[in-house]
Amino acid sequence: MEFSYEVKDSYAEVKADGRLNMVSAPKLREFVTDVIAGGSNRIVVNLENTAFMDSSGLGALIGCLKAARQAGGDLRIAAVQPQVKMVLQLTSMDKVLTAYPSVEEAFSND
Amino acid sequence: MTRFWTRLVVVLTVITGVNYIAWRWMASLNWEAWWIALPLVIAETYSLIDVMLFGMTVWNLKIRKGAPEPPADATVDVFITTYNEDLDMVLTTALAAQRIRHPHSTWILDDGARPEMKALAEQHGLGYVTRSEDWTKDLPRHAKAGNLNNALMQTDGEFLLILDADQIPEPDILEKTLGYFNNRKVALVQTPQYFSNVPADDPLGSQAPLFYGPIQQGKDGWNAAFFCGSNAILRREALMQLGLVGYVKETEKSIRRALAASRQAIRQARKSTDMDSPLVAQVLDEVEAATVEAQQELDSGMALSEITYRVRRRVDTAVQTLVQADVEALQSDLEEIAAMELAHVGEAGVPVVADDAVQRMSARDWSPLGALESVQAVLDALSVERNDEAQPIMPLATISVTEDMATAMRMHAMGWQSVYHHEILAYGLAPEDLKTMLTQRLRWAQGTIQVLLRENPLVQKGLKVGQRLMYFATMWTYLSGFAAVIYFAAPIIYLLLGILPVTSLSWDFFIRFIPFMVVNQLLFAVAGRGIPTWRGQQYSLALFPTWIKACTTAARNVWFGRPLGFAVTPKARQSGGPSWSLIQPQIVVSILLAVAAVVGIVRLATGLAEPLGTLVNVAWVIFDLVVMSILVRAVLYKGFEPPAESAEPTQSERNPDGV
Repeated sequence: MEFSYEVKDSYAEVKADGRLNMVSAPKLREFVTDVIAGGSNRIVVNLENTAFMDSSGLGALIGCLKAARQAGGDLRIAAVQPQVKMVLQLTSMDKVLTAYPSVEEAFSND
Repeated sequence: MTRFWTRLVVVLTVITGVNYIAWRWMASLNWEAWWIALPLVIAETYSLIDVMLFGMTVWNLKIRKGAPEPPADATVDVFITTYNEDLDMVLTTALAAQRIRHPHSTWILDDGARPEMKALAEQHGLGYVTRSEDWTKDLPRHAKAGNLNNALMQTDGEFLLILDADQIPEPDILEKTLGYFNNRKVALVQTPQYFSNVPADDPLGSQAPLFYGPIQQGKDGWNAAFFCGSNAILRREALMQLGLVGYVKETEKSIRRALAASRQAIRQARKSTDMDSPLVAQVLDEVEAATVEAQQELDSGMALSEITYRVRRRVDTAVQTLVQADVEALQSDLEEIAAMELAHVGEAGVPVVADDAVQRMSARDWSPLGALESVQAVLDALSVERNDEAQPIMPLATISVTEDMATAMRMHAMGWQSVYHHEILAYGLAPEDLKTMLTQRLRWAQGTIQVLLRENPLVQKGLKVGQRLMYFATMWTYLSGFAAVIYFAAPIIYLLLGILPVTSLSWDFFIRFIPFMVVNQLLFAVAGRGIPTWRGQQYSLALFPTWIKACTTAARNVWFGRPLGFAVTPKARQSGGPSWSLIQPQIVVSILLAVAAVVGIVRLATGLAEPLGTLVNVAWVIFDLVVMSILVRAVLYKGFEPPAESAEPTQSERNPDGV
């Protein structure tokens, strides 16, 4: 699992490449918390190269969403792979998070 | 073979039972004494349903022959939960856990956050977890469920072995159980809870051989083996999934509730006195428009994070406009003042309101909306952060003080499977005095009734019929307190007043009643395969005040939000002499029973009563007194003294099925 981020005009893009499972989930939370602490409270998590996600990974995303909201911003996800989409549906998390087709579209409406 | 005989006796029990109870309802009721006749027949019907549910449980008795080889790379966290238990006890358990052979990490989950415990953990290379900073004072802590939920966020093992602070595990506990998880649908493996500090005659009824035996094996047969809080292995993925689904459900519920309440809140705010300002009215209009829009978006299926984000943005913008206007007015006032007294301003010039003032004064804590509390409450509830809980994700259920049963039921409802492994793999400590034992039983009963009232298994989506009835069966047994009172009252009423709840004690009665009773006892003997069940039968009647109290307190808690009066079961023996006051109701009932028997015999001697009725009822009284007699031994019990030979169970006891 590899995390990286890049600050764009109106948001910060966080890339999570690899398998987002119970081992890497706490690391994602830590990573995003640091990005928010660095001053970006609008986060897009790019899941283009996240081949696999389990419930712990989703749990970490919710933790990150909470942190971003508390900082007055928001967290969105983009470019999900089929397996991730399935997990989102299985846990009904798609009722909470919209999966945007691309990173650019995530904050395009505001 | 056992299975055949068990099923045969179950069929016989149902036939004789239905035959007896149907006759009782249709042909035997003494309507002149309906006030006792009706309660008694209802109590008897309750008991028939109870035994039928037991019959259904053992019908599918599953005797497992051990788990396959576990995958060597399965990662495991061993959790030892503690709150205020003796440090030595916790350490003994933790060191035994450290010696478990399959690779794992051992963690002490110290809800007491004791520095000495932390030092001991560090000294022995054990993991140590306390509540994270998210668990602030004003948020619910959820006792053991909260402790486990907190630890789940700080660890990463694929499987979790959960141990109470007194449950010393065998080194092979994981090797014996992990293999069941090769089946990807299995979420839980429960092993028995066995207590090493209990003498052979078990005066406090601590061992539960019927439950950790035929009942769990029977439930296992219906894929409904229960999670019992300790000595169990859980799959993290299943727990996290429960947490996520629960999070989505709770969030949606709270948003719907907030939207429903918003109309009323806004109307109230409009009526309040600060409404003269057209700007505030304008902001309220904006809030109202935002909530109406949110409702439409919710109905159209838009994602919750999006809906809440848009509401927040819209309201924030409106508030900023309001503050901006105030600040501009302030600035122009300042300028006017400066213009009037220009001579006195000197070098400093006109005072200027700071640039970021608008932003700062629009923020949540200083916002003018803060004055409109009901509106602010609606806006706060329109969020996906779940601010009323320390963690958005709560994998272990928090609807009950017995989080284990509720959690397992939700797992089953999601399609996960469970396993009961019938082999003692951990040795715990049972309460050694009546008071502690009563506290513990009360807590179990309260928790079970809470689950029944909050998430009635009979109507849970996703559960199979068999699973529903397996959960319901356990809840049903906890209603026995009410039946017990009637069973005590009926003979007293006959012997004192000569009033019989049945029309006559004739051949008709005995020919139906006796076969049912005999087959009923036979069922316990066959299903129990020789394990002692008498102690359990005694306590299920004798602890009637505890069961009734559990039902009433749990109902008040669920329906009216009153506290349960919950206490952690102390693991150490409570000091002091025999405490007869704990069983006051039972003493009163016993005296009444004895007096009634004497009066009944006197009435017989003076020709006021019939011989047969008196005989049956005196026999009934004697049975009741024998049942109650266990409490005398319980009160006088001085705690466990280890016998000369070891108290460890023999190989056949530990492993009765040769797993």
